[in-house]
Amino acid sequence: MQRLLNDPDDIVDETVAGFLRAHRDLVRLSDANPRVVLSHGCGEKGRVGVVTGGGSGHEPAFIGYTGRNLVDAVAVGELFSSPTAKAFLEAIRAADGGEGVAVLYGNYAGDNMNVKMAARMAAKEGIRVLTVVANDDVCSAPQAERGLRRGVAGEILMWKVGGACAARGASLEDVQKVAQAAIDATRSVGVGLAPCTLPANGKPNFEIAPGKMEIGIGHHGEPGTDVVELLPANEVADRMLEIILADHQLEAGDEVCVLLSGLGATPVNELYVLYDRVESQLETREIRVHRSFVGNYFTSLEMMGATLTVMKLDPQLKELIDMEAESPGLTVRAKS
Amino acid sequence: MTGFANAGSGIVVRGIAEAVVSNRAWLSEIDGKIGDGDHGNNMAKGFARAAERIGDGDRLDAAFATVTDVLMGEIGGSMGPLYGMFFSDMADVVADEEVIDPALFARMLAAGCEGVMAIGEAKAGDKCLLDALVPAVAAAEETASEGFPVMLAAMRQAATEGRDSTKDMIARIGRASRLGERSRGVLDAGAASCCLILHALADGVEKRLT
Repeated sequence: MQRLLNDPDDIVDETVAGFLRAHRDLVRLSDANPRVVLSHGCGEKGRVGVVTGGGSGHEPAFIGYTGRNLVDAVAVGELFSSPTAKAFLEAIRAADGGEGVAVLYGNYAGDNMNVKMAARMAAKEGIRVLTVVANDDVCSAPQAERGLRRGVAGEILMWKVGGACAARGASLEDVQKVAQAAIDATRSVGVGLAPCTLPANGKPNFEIAPGKMEIGIGHHGEPGTDVVELLPANEVADRMLEIILADHQLEAGDEVCVLLSGLGATPVNELYVLYDRVESQLETREIRVHRSFVGNYFTSLEMMGATLTVMKLDPQLKELIDMEAESPGLTVRAKS
Repeated sequence: MTGFANAGSGIVVRGIAEAVVSNRAWLSEIDGKIGDGDHGNNMAKGFARAAERIGDGDRLDAAFATVTDVLMGEIGGSMGPLYGMFFSDMADVVADEEVIDPALFARMLAAGCEGVMAIGEAKAGDKCLLDALVPAVAAAEETASEGFPVMLAAMRQAATEGRDSTKDMIARIGRASRLGERSRGVLDAGAASCCLILHALADGVEKRLT
């Protein structure tokens, strides 16, 4: 295992410590819980708070999206493991400015339980909490069982939209509604080329044989739908796009936001190779890319591969995606 | 009916922690086959921390509460809330009792099991920890009138059989549930850790009886 480590059991604390030092202009640690990261504008009076949280090992997700006009407070979990209910509760408390808190998170059993417990405890303290559960990962369950699908990189676009909506002074109900609309308009698919290793385990969690690739792989190596020969990049891009288009109603004339994220060990230049093909294929279908994000936005330790996320835009989503935002993981400038 | 003293039985929970910690790699390996491979690490981390905080003279309910605090406050994941509820609801049943007899022990286990079901959405047969826990609770309830030795043996056997039954099941809950047919043929990591915990609990209680 060729990794930069001290004691594997300390890796999350050390990650958070370094992150806070590197981005102290944008974020700080909660005084009440060392597993809660806050934006400097967190808890602003008269504005809905936006909270998320998830396991570590996906950096810059989740902590990296703490910032201005984005997420206010993030609960940090162990590697690939949900944060505690107490961390979610503290994030909710910190983000509450009196107008309630929207918890926007991904569909995983642990997160569902811990958010549920935290929301109950927050309600007892008089804090209004509404939730949106991201389920953008197309291959994790069939269309008919969309509620079972996992949340992956589409969560970033959900946070972007929810954070922008809250920054504009919308009500808690409206923030929830628009964040739900954002994730409903979003589909993702992952392709894995090589597995990832939890440092404490010392060996890969799963196998992908050399020369093969796994289509539909999850963010923790959850098995995909197909293991096939590793194809040339353009054909990989085509397979990914086909899966999304088969699940998503996109027509000529539609506008989309595209997020192409590496899974950790894939070189960024290869992401651009994929992106070139993705956008050109969308162009041939007369689907216009209004905004794109290409890079390591939502990783899975050192997994090799990528996820493609496509959000269908309507005028409201477009405006919210375009609103200025600043965080360690994502900066959006207004379109000139 | 003979029982064991609540006072000083926190040591039983230290034994549970030892069992979890020494099986860390095995639990992670099982989890890695159809889950994400972190079960052993997180369980070991949580139980090791809890063991450090359990004092020599701690009562059983106090030690259960310590485990719950660590799992719910510091570990998280899926197992944090599930085992957190298990131990906290067991603690509630025995908190005001000085002597724990077989009937009370069975009631304690049943309450823990109900706690798990209340927070999660799973049931026995879903390929989860309940597949070890539910039959173990039933066995304890059925044999409580026969005294601890018979009851604990029955509980151990039911937990083991329950754990092994998950091998042929298709997962209906958690990450593995998205695998369908491919989740068959592998033990469930939650059932494996639950079985370990129940065995260590039985071992610890036996030592307290002699």
